[in-house]
Amino acid sequence: MTNKTIESLDRVVIRFAGDSGDGMQLTGDRFTSDTATMGNDLSTLPNFPAEIRAPQGTLPGVSSFQLHFADHDVLTPGDAPDVLVAMNPAALRANLRDLPRGATIIANTDEFTTRALAKVGYASNPLEDGSLESYHVHAVALTSMTVDALAEFDLTRKEKERAKNMFALGLLSWMYTRPTDATEAFLATKFGSKPEILAANVKALAAGFNYGETTEDFASSYAVAPAPMPAGTYRNITGNVALSLGLVAAAHRSGLPLVLGSYPITPASDILHTLAGLKRHGVTTMQAEDEIAGIGMALGASFGGALGVTTTSGPGVALKSETIGLAVSLELPLVIVDVQRGGPSTGLPTKTEQADLLQAMFGRNGESPVPIIAPQTPSDCFAAAMDAVRIATAYRTPVFLLSDGYLANGSEPWLVPEVADLPDLSVEFATAPNGVDDAGAPVFQPYLRDPETLARPWAVPGTAGLEHRIGGIEKADVTGNISYDPDNHDLMTRLRQAKVDGITVPDVEVDDPSGDARVLVLGWGSTYGPVFAAVRALRRQGHAVARAHLRHLNPFPGNLGEVLRSYDRVIVPEMNLGQLALLLRAKYLVDVRSHTAVRGLPFTTTELAEVVGAALEELS
Amino acid sequence: MTITDHLARHGLAGVPLLEADAPKQTKKDFTSDQEVRWCPGCGDYVILAAVQSFLPELGLKRENITFVSGIGCSSRFPYYLNTFGMHSIHGRAPTIATGLATSRPDQSVWVVTGDGDALSIGGNHLIHAMRRNVNLTILLFNNQIYGLTKGQYSPTSKVGQVTKSSPMGAVDQPFNPVSLALGAEASFVGRVMESDRPSMMATLRAAAEHRGTALVEIYQNCPIFNDGAFEKIKDRSEQEARLVRLEAGQPVRVGAEDARRVLVRTPGGALEFVPEDQADPTAYVVHDPYAEDPSQAFALSRLDSPEMTSVPVGIFRQVERPTYDDQVRAQVAGAQDAAGGPATDADLAALLRGKDTWTVA
Ligand code: SF4
Repeated sequence: MTNKTIESLDRVVIRFAGDSGDGMQLTGDRFTSDTATMGNDLSTLPNFPAEIRAPQGTLPGVSSFQLHFADHDVLTPGDAPDVLVAMNPAALRANLRDLPRGATIIANTDEFTTRALAKVGYASNPLEDGSLESYHVHAVALTSMTVDALAEFDLTRKEKERAKNMFALGLLSWMYTRPTDATEAFLATKFGSKPEILAANVKALAAGFNYGETTEDFASSYAVAPAPMPAGTYRNITGNVALSLGLVAAAHRSGLPLVLGSYPITPASDILHTLAGLKRHGVTTMQAEDEIAGIGMALGASFGGALGVTTTSGPGVALKSETIGLAVSLELPLVIVDVQRGGPSTGLPTKTEQADLLQAMFGRNGESPVPIIAPQTPSDCFAAAMDAVRIATAYRTPVFLLSDGYLANGSEPWLVPEVADLPDLSVEFATAPNGVDDAGAPVFQPYLRDPETLARPWAVPGTAGLEHRIGGIEKADVTGNISYDPDNHDLMTRLRQAKVDGITVPDVEVDDPSGDARVLVLGWGSTYGPVFAAVRALRRQGHAVARAHLRHLNPFPGNLGEVLRSYDRVIVPEMNLGQLALLLRAKYLVDVRSHTAVRGLPFTTTELAEVVGAALEELS
Repeated sequence: MTITDHLARHGLAGVPLLEADAPKQTKKDFTSDQEVRWCPGCGDYVILAAVQSFLPELGLKRENITFVSGIGCSSRFPYYLNTFGMHSIHGRAPTIATGLATSRPDQSVWVVTGDGDALSIGGNHLIHAMRRNVNLTILLFNNQIYGLTKGQYSPTSKVGQVTKSSPMGAVDQPFNPVSLALGAEASFVGRVMESDRPSMMATLRAAAEHRGTALVEIYQNCPIFNDGAFEKIKDRSEQEARLVRLEAGQPVRVGAEDARRVLVRTPGGALEFVPEDQADPTAYVVHDPYAEDPSQAFALSRLDSPEMTSVPVGIFRQVERPTYDDQVRAQVAGAQDAAGGPATDADLAALLRGKDTWTVA
């Protein structure tokens, strides 16, 4: 047994970085899974290039996975890594500027060849030239030690080298006292059909672990105690999976079959993949010929009485806009999931951004109001998806669910809800005529609205006596017949708007523990974590700062104006150039302060704390 | 093929039939209360009357028929039928119909579209519906012009056609919709003249009963912007010499009895009409719409020309092939059956938990 000491830490941020072919995402996922099982709270941030195999050893080819875990609740994936695992010089170069002095670097020396160094502009080897003297550098020959450990295996050198990520994972598992059995079980499933590769990976994992234990280079390992979390069953979950499960749960609780029409697009495709595997839950997925067909199929299914959903990212929303307008006119339920990425155009497919808010809000011809909901954390995508379905079905309207690349791929522990506690979303279809014609005979009036919700009846084909025709041409109030009457168009336009404006959304809650805050930080979507973390950091320094978060972007909560007006300064951080700020200023005439960045990455806590700190200073 | 197999492949299998003792349906049952608003003399009237007269033949309940259309003159069609209907957006009707047909096997789903709607803006959806073989009947009204937008050339307008947007003549090569459909793996392709009622009724029936995508091109006259586009084959005196009526199992013939020509395959492989009395019967081209290989049907579709010297009409292709919607539903049903029926609360709970959970006490 080891005679090395185990030190306790309250939190650690690790970043695994390597070539996109080095298996860093897998390594990160496995480490996350083992960490979750140990009861730590955590948050992850994968960051990878858009190219499937970017040129080897180059800066654009670097793929990384950051994990923040702690013995307390974790709000963000962490600003700066405490530990960087750099599988090659490119990984070091691309990530070094994020590393605070004093951080630990574990570098794979085998890859630090003159050629590889030159490729990324290192004139000399930073592991040897003293330029890293303010860091704790562990130079480890990861590749050759892996190959040596696998000497007896009947595999090519290349195949052996490929197991180096497992060696690294083993080493990190030792460092942070994580068990490796779950990873072994995972490898057994993954490589079940290739016993030699499986054995090699398990061996490499163990070799990495043992190396940590025996080498003098690592003096001690670290333990991070479990975080106190509410009792219950937990799993680790990414935003895309949580969103998929939310849709399935909503379909289950509404009694409607879920029909997804979708076209593959980063970073939304995982929702299509997940749902395609859930046929057992009555889920139909149709991979369409294009984005337009995807939403058309979903809308056709909704017309037929199913829960129609389409999933995409910003460029896809642009293509679907006309059909969203049709759904507004038809007043049928439809959920449009936009997993936002950097734009405009192709932009940054694998990076996060929140710049589709105004597109969701206004990106259609005519007055075309669509409710918008944004999840705040990866696991919250579940509840947000259910809420989107509630609004879509209750109000017979298309609804935007605005996730983003960070939520989609990021992960965190999720307290799995009990099915019985999930909201009841049962729907009622029209079953009989709802009016009479001039002669007193019963007729069906497809645009006779519910006085409460202003929703029109959902009358699906197959219901006798309800045969009717609907379309994108303006319809007469009540009868739904084609109408070009000016007053009718004015009325219908206002009715559609009033229906969306009247959607029941909960009041926004303000978190202002002292009650004396003069500054409010208002976030939406995935800025939840960084905003909360920054506010918490400031409060620890003794400042009074209030915080609120918007889930409903359209309509806004009823108390929002009052909330905004009760603070001397409202700061709205967004990963766009101030889109929510624009809406707030227009609607409430409140001079909110925008803080914006579009770097394809979530805000850091430090950055937001500085921004809010400056506002506090100004007011003092 | 057993009777059950046959029924399973029947285009209307799964769509409930009218009760045996229900009053007999008439054209009036399928006529909505909306005033029809096409231009006087428009060929669309003829097609509407034919479809309204035809629908009772199917013996279906009105609520189990849905018409979906796109945009254009023809796309107003659903408003005039007393069935379920959706007048959607330009070119997208096949996508909406695909979603409906896949989620509702109890519906007879029809798409009404035009040459601009189906072949220009909606070309992608049309070809993908056909290759998937979704159980739909698509009626493509081809008037070789944009009518609703007041007379621009369309993707089936002739080269050189002078229109508002082509004052010096259109330079675009037109599509032959039948050739396009055959190339897009369509399992049923037909063409009829709007004015040819018997052939229209027969083709509509075959199309409705076909399981899979049935594309029926209907030559439709637009008297306002492209009058007489089909005059050469409409005019009784010319029609006989030009219209090639395709009949399954029969040699392909054209012309009046005294001037009849028959289609033969020349030694070089090309198809050619020759006077019947001079033709070698072993070289006759016998029409076989049931052939797996679409190449002869394609060759027949190429007999067409802008001069309309020989225009084939009838059913070019009619083959059985698994449909998209049947297979999609079968996968879902199969997964549910294998798991012991529709998902229960316990199944959902298991899904939410996933495979890797831990408990906090
Ligand atoms: S423009 Fe032509 S196609 Fe359109 S309704 Fe008038 S006649 Fe018919």
